[in-house]
Amino acid sequence: MSVPQLLRHPWTVFLGRRTLRLLLSLGFVLTASFAMIRLVPGDPVRAALGVDAAPDLVAARRHALGLDTPFLSQYWHYLGGLLHGDLGTSLVTGTPVAEMIRTRLPATLEIAGLAFAATLVVALPGGLLAAVRTRDGRRPRTELAFTAVTAGMAGVPDFVLAAGLTALLAVGLQLLPVAGAAGVGSFVLPVLALSLAPTAVLLRIVRVEALKVLNEDYLRTARSKRLSPARRYLRHAAPNTATAALTVAGGLLPALIAGTVLVEKVFAWPGIGSAMAQSAVAQDFPVVQAMVLVLGTTVLLAGLLVDVLLAVLDPRSAIREM
Amino acid sequence: MTHLQVTGLTVRHPGSRASLAAVDGVSLEIPSGTTLGLVGESGSGKSSLAGAIVGLVPAQGGRVLIDGREARTRTVRDRRRLGRLVQVVLQDPDTALDPRMTARQTLVEAATVFRRLDRAARAARVTELLGLVGLDPRLADRLPRQLSGGQRQRVSLARALAVDPGLLIADEITSALDVSVQASVLNTIRELQRRLGLSVLFIGHNLPAVCHVSDTVAVMRHGRIVESAPTETILRTPQHPYTRALLASVPSLGTSPSEERTS
Amino acid sequence: MCLPSGFRRSPIAWATAFMLASLVALAVAGPMVWGAAADRPDPSVVLRGPSAAHPFGTDGLGRDLLARVLTATRPSLLLALAAVLLGAGSGIIVGSCTAVLGRRGRRLTAGMINLLLAFPALLVAMFLAVVFGAGTAGAVLALAAAGVPGFARLAQTLAAGVAGTDHLAAARVLGLRRHRLLWRHVLPNIAEPLLLSATTAAGTTLVALSGLSFLGLGVQPPGYDWGLLLSQGLDRIYAEPLPALAPGLAVLYAALAFQLLGEALAGSVARRGPAPRAPAPTPPPSGPAEDGLVLQVEDLTVELPTPGGTIQPVRGVSLSLRPGEAVGLVGESGSGKTLTALALADLLPHGARVSRRTLRLLGADLAALTPKERDRHLATGLSMIFQNPASALNPSLRIGTQLTEAVRAHRGTSRAQATAEAADALRRVALSPALLRSRPYQLSGGQRQRVMIAAGLMTRPGLIIADEPTTALDVTVQRQITRLLTDIRRDTSAALLFISHDIALVGEFCERVLVMYAGTIVEAVPADRLADGARHPYTRALVASVPDLAADRGRPLPTIGGGPPDPLVPAPGCPFEPRCPRRQDHCAEQAPPWQDFDATHRVACWHPEPVTAVLKTVARS
Repeated sequence: MSVPQLLRHPWTVFLGRRTLRLLLSLGFVLTASFAMIRLVPGDPVRAALGVDAAPDLVAARRHALGLDTPFLSQYWHYLGGLLHGDLGTSLVTGTPVAEMIRTRLPATLEIAGLAFAATLVVALPGGLLAAVRTRDGRRPRTELAFTAVTAGMAGVPDFVLAAGLTALLAVGLQLLPVAGAAGVGSFVLPVLALSLAPTAVLLRIVRVEALKVLNEDYLRTARSKRLSPARRYLRHAAPNTATAALTVAGGLLPALIAGTVLVEKVFAWPGIGSAMAQSAVAQDFPVVQAMVLVLGTTVLLAGLLVDVLLAVLDPRSAIREM
Repeated sequence: MTHLQVTGLTVRHPGSRASLAAVDGVSLEIPSGTTLGLVGESGSGKSSLAGAIVGLVPAQGGRVLIDGREARTRTVRDRRRLGRLVQVVLQDPDTALDPRMTARQTLVEAATVFRRLDRAARAARVTELLGLVGLDPRLADRLPRQLSGGQRQRVSLARALAVDPGLLIADEITSALDVSVQASVLNTIRELQRRLGLSVLFIGHNLPAVCHVSDTVAVMRHGRIVESAPTETILRTPQHPYTRALLASVPSLGTSPSEERTS
Repeated sequence: MCLPSGFRRSPIAWATAFMLASLVALAVAGPMVWGAAADRPDPSVVLRGPSAAHPFGTDGLGRDLLARVLTATRPSLLLALAAVLLGAGSGIIVGSCTAVLGRRGRRLTAGMINLLLAFPALLVAMFLAVVFGAGTAGAVLALAAAGVPGFARLAQTLAAGVAGTDHLAAARVLGLRRHRLLWRHVLPNIAEPLLLSATTAAGTTLVALSGLSFLGLGVQPPGYDWGLLLSQGLDRIYAEPLPALAPGLAVLYAALAFQLLGEALAGSVARRGPAPRAPAPTPPPSGPAEDGLVLQVEDLTVELPTPGGTIQPVRGVSLSLRPGEAVGLVGESGSGKTLTALALADLLPHGARVSRRTLRLLGADLAALTPKERDRHLATGLSMIFQNPASALNPSLRIGTQLTEAVRAHRGTSRAQATAEAADALRRVALSPALLRSRPYQLSGGQRQRVMIAAGLMTRPGLIIADEPTTALDVTVQRQITRLLTDIRRDTSAALLFISHDIALVGEFCERVLVMYAGTIVEAVPADRLADGARHPYTRALVASVPDLAADRGRPLPTIGGGPPDPLVPAPGCPFEPRCPRRQDHCAEQAPPWQDFDATHRVACWHPEPVTAVLKTVARS
């Protein structure tokens, strides 16, 4: 392929547009995280250190944060620092934030990733199965039960579930570790708490999408060829359901990642969510700022991953974007 | 009585390749009180052309003159001035009417855009409009879903006529209808044109239906008009090969099978 | 408010009503009844577990936790509602404006919404809570702001649906002003789904608000809501689970109530058809076989359940096809022609019941076969070509897979052999075998229909049923497809049942034509007699109403007055009687019998048109 051809190739155009969107969003996150500390009414340093902090300590911290220089140069300085991996220093503990994130981010990504995988593994086949069983108004009782159960599951707040699970399984029955990350068993409760509601939401959406697909003309074509039910559902219906389901699942991902903040607090999970919660209360702005940046970037990268995956699975979705 | 003149109209849809124009420098003229039929297959640009004339689709070039005055659609005021003169009826009878408004509400809304009418005048106007398109006035208080496809298409026709336009653009208004219903809608269009002295731009893909109501027929392909001539001429002595191909593709009863006719 | 009957019957609806009523009652009465107890400290019972006096125990100041949980209903609910109303209101206004804005404004707004939507609401809320300072007002504002993009997006999507409709285009051309378009045409048509999602959002916002309080970013002491109570209880969960669980359960209860409310509303919006009935009993064996017929059908009737009652869209249809013959089945929408085809191929929708006296395909009685044998016989003996090639091919499978799967499943053909046959089939329909690797979206409409035909040829069927195969195609492509079908019929001697609404096309392309009206065949006529030798008044009228290039354009087209009969109230007589120009009294009382004029021409009419009838006798509307 020649260069101009390559430039006009749908994949090039798709990736180009998608990267542009990512850069725009990243710029937005950067600016928002930078602006946060400046948007706080009054003096953030005094707010963090308390009213009776020594004036020269306040001045020193202000200087360390660069709050005493002009606005634009602060922004420039902030971006430069990020490039060198400098995310600032905690107002409370005085440790570098980058260090905190390096030790804590893997733990968060582990439970978020596992929870997302669990959601997909349960909801994709489950939703398809529910659709096949209840298509064209068959088995109205099954449908009612499915609707009621998933509505209930979707309504359970993750942190309430986390507290409930702790009380029941860890404290009451002493089956699983109560808190902290130690061994495989300690993953069970956080992942369960994080994935229950998204699983329910996705189950319902997969069912609705699969019902739509089952009513498509091409499934009637498959029926007219007298293909076996297994082939009709797995080969003809499932791939067309998966693309729609994955699109929705991608939308659930941000909420799932944000949910780690609450769930980590309940289980004292050593991730960035629990650190963020503490720092937000303590008004430790550099830490919150960096965490917003890191979690925001994680969400954006995950979104990019889902979109590229979709484009590979279903080339039309890449073309449709244009 | 309205005269339409379009010169060099060009429409490009955003996002598509720059080289492909949906409407590519189209010129046409509709003298007052006549009907121009515009025929073309899907994607030929006929609906974009209609949309560009009434400002639903932005045009990238060319001029639209109505009674010698430039048609502008930039501001609401311009659009209202244009709307008094030119009205459209669109293809899809399923979405042609607001599903939550009865035929009466729809027609009253249209009739009072430019005129204030009291209660009695409104009722009279609704009855008059429904009569004009051959509908029983008792249907006035029905919702669109309680009307058949042909009846819905007639109500949209009545809505377009409610502002007493001089030019009516009918974009594929019979393509979703059964053939026996299509016949009566075609008859209505002809009769309206004769009674009200309307100028009509009648767009369609069904050549016999378009020819039946048109004084002049223009054939459109790939965004351009390839041939335009009085209906009799285009039927008897088509010049462009594409026009001939279209004519040869029309199934027809009572003639020998197609294999012999197309050579 | 008048609720649909489905709502009143549903158990979910009753549960929801009860839960909501209890929440409202608690929110109103809670602070009045338990407010004093909830705020009264008692140093003698600090941090106690459950007891008779304090069923949920007490907190660090010795206040009764049960009273506090009940009293917290009001702030928890009110704050959540405030956040939802603020967020949903602004989001809906922003989103629905996109339907009436200009192109540039629309794109800009959509871009902003997209950007903000990528960020989780809880993260945005935490960010804003930090900026606004931890506190009730900050948390409510933060959650409202976090909800805006979601609602804006939903409203935008829904409004785009309305904006694309013909009625909004017509309203624009009428010159209606923007605010009128928005209030009169856009918002009323999207209100229902928006209300629904606002209901669900009330639940999630309540949870999120509790979450913020739980983190210490929401309600601040001495105020309290469920989230804060949960957070205070969590510190002692190892000693006493109940102080943490009770407020948690309260959040859960409220969240479920809103979730179920959304469910009940959605359920009452979606209308349900009647419950499907038991499948039809096995049909009795078919009547005597006639030699040399590809398809022999007698007295085919289809019953279909609809919300209004059971209808019979196909009533007593009989037809037969010989090898290599092309028979057209023509009728207007709702005449039952497609259901006839689906019944023949055993593809009727769930709930439909079919009965027939005889159904033989290639000599085999379908009633006498086991289900497995019947499937194989239908798969290899009959091919269907559907109306819309864009949707009849599976978008995610390669053409090669779709061509080969039937022979591989039913004839056990190897993959290599099947692929070779598929390449041949593609060549047969004038397509390149290279297309085997393509997917449907890479093909044009005409090419897709050729692929469908090629797929139909793969099993070398004795009968091809084509249901409006050219309706979705352009007229020049239509001609190519009908020619292709003619060639195939000549070469393979397969019989063709060609279903169409276009009587001119059918008349030109088929040898015999069956005219269907209101579920019955009213006339079977040789195609060459269609133009001026048809005997049924309906056939005559149908032929006359087709605009003809040669017709006199000065005269109005003949039309048929009235409309087709209501399938829910079948009349005993001739279905065409109310619209018939030749009707007489007994036509309405008794269904007309078949009259045979010769071996190929039959009509079901009491008073058929005379042979020399002039077309003008047809009724005008």
